[in-house]
Amino acid sequence: MTIDLSLLPDGGVGWLDASGRHSNVVLSTRIRLARNVEGYAFTGRARDGERLRVLAQVRDAVTDAAVLKPHVEFRVDELAPTDRSLLHERHVVSKELAGLDGHHAVRAGAAVFLGDGLGVMVNEEDHLRLQALHSGFALPDAYASLDRLDRELGARLPYAYHPEFGFLTACPTNVGTGMRASVLIHLPGLVLTKEIGKVLSGLQQMGLTYRGLYGEGSEVVGNFFQISNQTTLGRSEEELLDQLIRVVGKVIESEEEARRVLLRDAGYIIEDKLWRAYGTLRYARSLTFDEAMNYLSGVRLAVGLKLITGLSVYTLNKLLIFSQAAHLAYAEGRPLTEGETNLARARYVRMALEREAGAVG
Amino acid sequence: MLCDSCRERDAVVHLTQIVANAVTQLHLCERCAAERGVETTVAAPKHPLGDFLQAVQQQLVPPSVDAGRCTFCNATMRDFKATGRWGCARCYSTFEASMRELLRRVHGSSRHVGRGYQPPRSEMMERAGLLGDLREQLRRAVETEQFELAADLRDRIRVLE
Repeated sequence: MTIDLSLLPDGGVGWLDASGRHSNVVLSTRIRLARNVEGYAFTGRARDGERLRVLAQVRDAVTDAAVLKPHVEFRVDELAPTDRSLLHERHVVSKELAGLDGHHAVRAGAAVFLGDGLGVMVNEEDHLRLQALHSGFALPDAYASLDRLDRELGARLPYAYHPEFGFLTACPTNVGTGMRASVLIHLPGLVLTKEIGKVLSGLQQMGLTYRGLYGEGSEVVGNFFQISNQTTLGRSEEELLDQLIRVVGKVIESEEEARRVLLRDAGYIIEDKLWRAYGTLRYARSLTFDEAMNYLSGVRLAVGLKLITGLSVYTLNKLLIFSQAAHLAYAEGRPLTEGETNLARARYVRMALEREAGAVG
Repeated sequence: MLCDSCRERDAVVHLTQIVANAVTQLHLCERCAAERGVETTVAAPKHPLGDFLQAVQQQLVPPSVDAGRCTFCNATMRDFKATGRWGCARCYSTFEASMRELLRRVHGSSRHVGRGYQPPRSEMMERAGLLGDLREQLRRAVETEQFELAADLRDRIRVLE
């Protein structure tokens, strides 16, 4: 069975359109809420039958929810591994739900409901993981739409809630608000000026944390960092969001300052480096994922600094997603070896850049 | 350095003990250390909770608490230590005292101040509560070997499910 991602309400890539605020620095904003349904053991301890009943109950609630109209459902437990990888590369399911984290096989009843910018993972570590994904730096908007979804589902499903501890979750690090708000931010200026260490340790002192492109346990590639709240209890959703907005605002300022310093103090070196990155992507015949991410990071910086014009951030954003292994195999219509993947990646990137090459200068 | 115990193999474990305010140092080989119950290898946590949380869990769980079981999902503190995950919502009440301390260490607070929530009062909700109670009664019936009662309870649970 091969899934058809074009069925997704926004084509599944609305959040890549670079329409949001600060989109030259911030790629996307994601917030997730962890919720469990009263009356069942948490996913990890539940039996298959219970997980399937949770899914049926969630499906009824989702079908009634106005904010999720229209939506599509993917039964992740019935998909082939390549299709599960595809959904994971799209950032619509976690590695754990897709059964790709090396700890668990995909669980019976694992599913995802996807609407416009909103999604509900079922039978992840918690029964429900609601998430909102927006383009650019958009924490208030993302939270407003997620909160509507949460209230609609919570009026139909009895959430596990404790007056003292809040929304109850399988992992104690998520209890309380159950909220993890994160901003995917591109910080090449701070990395190149070697200021990044200071910024990251500052984040930790503020109760925030950072991860790589795919969240928990993933490595930082292409100078992309996901900055998110660390704690979920003892502060309200608004306080957690306000702090993240304040701190990420400062990080954006620091990144912009670092870029100004780079241009002022090492203008021609930077310009040469970034055009070389563009040249490699435009003509290379084989690219590993890390290579592609690093050169794309350079080109994105060049576009942000207006050293390269005529190339859209939307194209660069799409390349981040579509140059991944499962997407390339999907486009080719067959499984690819690692070597073939690198060839297909270089070809895909070349063609995408060629389409806009006439305007690039 | 040779092992203080067998005096044959190299000492690889250096143990500092404080007994009645006196500090003693013991240098042991791996085998002698194991015989004395000193762990020489620490298993990596299976889940990305980090060493911090694992350490906190170990400090928080006195052996006596291990005996407790959640009345809904049957999970124990040992299960939590192994997986870093609670079994169900009722674990939060079952292990409330340890929970409060754990949450304080993880979050700096154990009190939720975010949005409140009233579950829908529906047949579904009442059924969920009733199911929990029936499961608890079933567990007790099995433990006390009242098998007729257990069979009856099991049938009622099946109908509700």
